[in-house]
Amino acid sequence: MAVPAIELHDLAFGWSAGEPLLSIAHFSVARGERVLLHGPSGCGKSTLLGLVGGVIRPSRGTIRLLGEDLTTMSAPQRDAFRAEHMGFIFQLFNLVPYLSVLDNVLLPLRFSRPRRERVPDPRSEALRLLDALGLQDRRLLQRRATELSVGQQQRVAAARAMLGRAEILVADEPTSALDADTREAFLRLLMRECASAGSSVLFVSHDRSLGTCFDRSVSLQELGDLPPGLEPS
Amino acid sequence: MTALPGLALRSLWNRRGTAALTVFAIAVSVALLLGVQMLRDSAKQSFAGTISGTDLVVGPRGGPVNLLLYSVFHIGEPTANVSWASYRLVAQHRDVAWTVPLSLGDSHRGFRVVGTDRAYFAHYRYAGRQPLRFAQGTSFAAADETVLGAEVAKSLGYRIGDRIVLSHGLGAGSFVQHDAVPLRVAGILAPTGTPVDRTVHVGLDTLDTVHGTAAGAGEHAAITAFLVGMKSRDTVLVMQRALNEYRGEALQAVIPGVALADLWRVVGVADRALLAVAACVALAGLLGMLAAILTSLNERRREMAILRSVGAGPRHIFGLLVLEAGLLAVAGVAFGVVLSYALQLIARPWIASRYGITLAVGPLTWVEVAILAAVVLSALLLSAYPAWRAYRVALADGLSVRL
Repeated sequence: MAVPAIELHDLAFGWSAGEPLLSIAHFSVARGERVLLHGPSGCGKSTLLGLVGGVIRPSRGTIRLLGEDLTTMSAPQRDAFRAEHMGFIFQLFNLVPYLSVLDNVLLPLRFSRPRRERVPDPRSEALRLLDALGLQDRRLLQRRATELSVGQQQRVAAARAMLGRAEILVADEPTSALDADTREAFLRLLMRECASAGSSVLFVSHDRSLGTCFDRSVSLQELGDLPPGLEPS
Repeated sequence: MTALPGLALRSLWNRRGTAALTVFAIAVSVALLLGVQMLRDSAKQSFAGTISGTDLVVGPRGGPVNLLLYSVFHIGEPTANVSWASYRLVAQHRDVAWTVPLSLGDSHRGFRVVGTDRAYFAHYRYAGRQPLRFAQGTSFAAADETVLGAEVAKSLGYRIGDRIVLSHGLGAGSFVQHDAVPLRVAGILAPTGTPVDRTVHVGLDTLDTVHGTAAGAGEHAAITAFLVGMKSRDTVLVMQRALNEYRGEALQAVIPGVALADLWRVVGVADRALLAVAACVALAGLLGMLAAILTSLNERRREMAILRSVGAGPRHIFGLLVLEAGLLAVAGVAFGVVLSYALQLIARPWIASRYGITLAVGPLTWVEVAILAAVVLSALLLSAYPAWRAYRVALADGLSVRL
C-alpha cells in the first residue's frame, strides 16, 4: 500500500499538561484522497492545522506527511517541508496586500527551490491554474490583491496553494465567506483541479453539508475516540 | 533567502508614504552629520592653515600657546616685548632666510593693528603655503599708508584712498585717538579665512610716528614678536633651542605646527561636541524609523501568517524586517549624501566669499564612509528589536492570526 499523504497517530496537543486541546487516536489521508474534516468551532481545527502545517509541535504522538515524520524535524526543516509540499487556503485574508495577483500566486516558489524547479515556466503555470479556477481575466494579474472580491481572492489563494504541484492541500473554511453559488463553483473547480494534479486534500469546515464533494467526510470530534483494539500501549 | 529582497522592496513600496518620510528623516540627519564632519575638517584645516611656511614664531618667554594666540590669532594681549636688538640679531643670522616683525597694541574700530614691514606680504603664508594676495592696491610704501584685511575693508566699507585713524589700546571704545596722523588705505588683501582678514597692517615706522617713539632710520622701539623662516629645515630645531636658551633676553621660539596642534586640542572640544549633537540627530532619525516599523507590526500579522503558510520560517520574518530597515537606511544615507553635496555646492561660493574658506567638495573621505556605514549598521541593530518581536509573533501566531 502506498504511503499516505497524511498520517496522524496517537496525537495530542495542549498548552498545559492537563486537558489536551486536541486528541486524535488515528487519522490518515491517502495520496490523492479528498477528505472533509468537520466539527463545530472551538473543537481544535486551528490547532490541527498548525500541527499538520508544522508550525506547532504535538505534546505526544506522530505526524507523518508523505511518509516523513514531522515530529523529528527541526523547525526550519518543517518550514522547508511546508514550502515544498503543501498549500494552504484560509477563510479570509489569504493574499499579501502589497503583491500583485500574479506575485501572490508565485509566492511559494520564493521559499522553496525544489518547488521552483518543478515549475519550468512559473508564469504560464500560474496563468493556467488561474484559468482553471475561473479567473480568465488577464487584467486582474497586475492588480493588487486587495482590489479583488473575496471570491476572486479565494481563487487566487487556491491557485497559489496548488502551484508547483503541492502534494497536500490544506483548506481552512475557504468557502465560508462565499455566497452559495460562488461556493459551489469554487469547490467544483478546486476539486477538479486537485484530482487532475493528484493532490490530497484536507478540507476543514464546520459545514458538513459540503461532504458530497469529497471522497470521505470525518467528524473531528470522533477522531479522539479510539477504535477498539487500537489503544496506545 | 532570495525571496526576501523582492518582498521587502514591495512591502516598502506599499507603505511608500511612511517609508519616504522615514528615508527623508534619515537623509536630513545624515546630511547634517556629513555637513558637520566636513565643517570640522574645513575648520581644522583652516585653523592649521592660519600660518604656514613659517618655521618659528619668536616672542617673549611665556606659554607657547599664548604666544601663538596673540601673535597669530590676535587674541589676548602680549605680556612683554622683544627688543629690536634681539630681532636684528636673529634677522642677520646666516641660517635665517627671512624675518617678519610684528608689533601689536593699537586698534582701529575693534580691529587689531599689526605693525610690520613689507616682508610680511612677501613671506606670510597660510593654508598650504598660499601667499597673501592684494585684492586692490599695493603694499604700504609711505609712512602714512595702511593695508587692510578683507573683512576690515568689507565691514567698515573702506576703499583705496580712504583715511583712517588708529586708536591706542585694543578696545573699540579707546579714548586715545592717534588723530594727528590719519592713514591712507593703500591696499586691501583678498580674503584668507585667517585672522589676517581682521587685521589693519601698518609699517613699523608708521607706529613709531603715531606713538612719537621714532628711534632713527632703521631703528625701532621694541616689537611684540616676529616670524622666522630658515634657509634649511634642518636648522629649525637648532635655532629654536638657541633662542630658548638665549641669555641676552628672555625669548621663546615656537614651531607653529606644534603649538597649533596643542591649541587645537583645546578648541577641538567644541567641534567634537558638535559632532556628538549631529550623531544624536542621526540617532533620532533612526529611532523614527524604529517607531514606524514597530507601529506597522500589528497590522502586518496577517501578512506574516500568509508568508508562514507558503513556507517562510520565523527567521525569514526576522530577515524581512531587518532587510526593510536596511533598505530604508541605505536609501536614507544615499539621499543624505546627495543632499549634503547639493548643500555644499550651494553654500560653497557664499562661504568662500564670507569666510575665505574654500570647501573642498570632493569624494567622501574614509571617515565619512565610516560614518555612513555606522548609520546603516545602527539601523540594522535597532531593527533587530522589531524583527525579534515579529519573530515572536510569527512563532506564536503560526498560520492563523488571533486578533
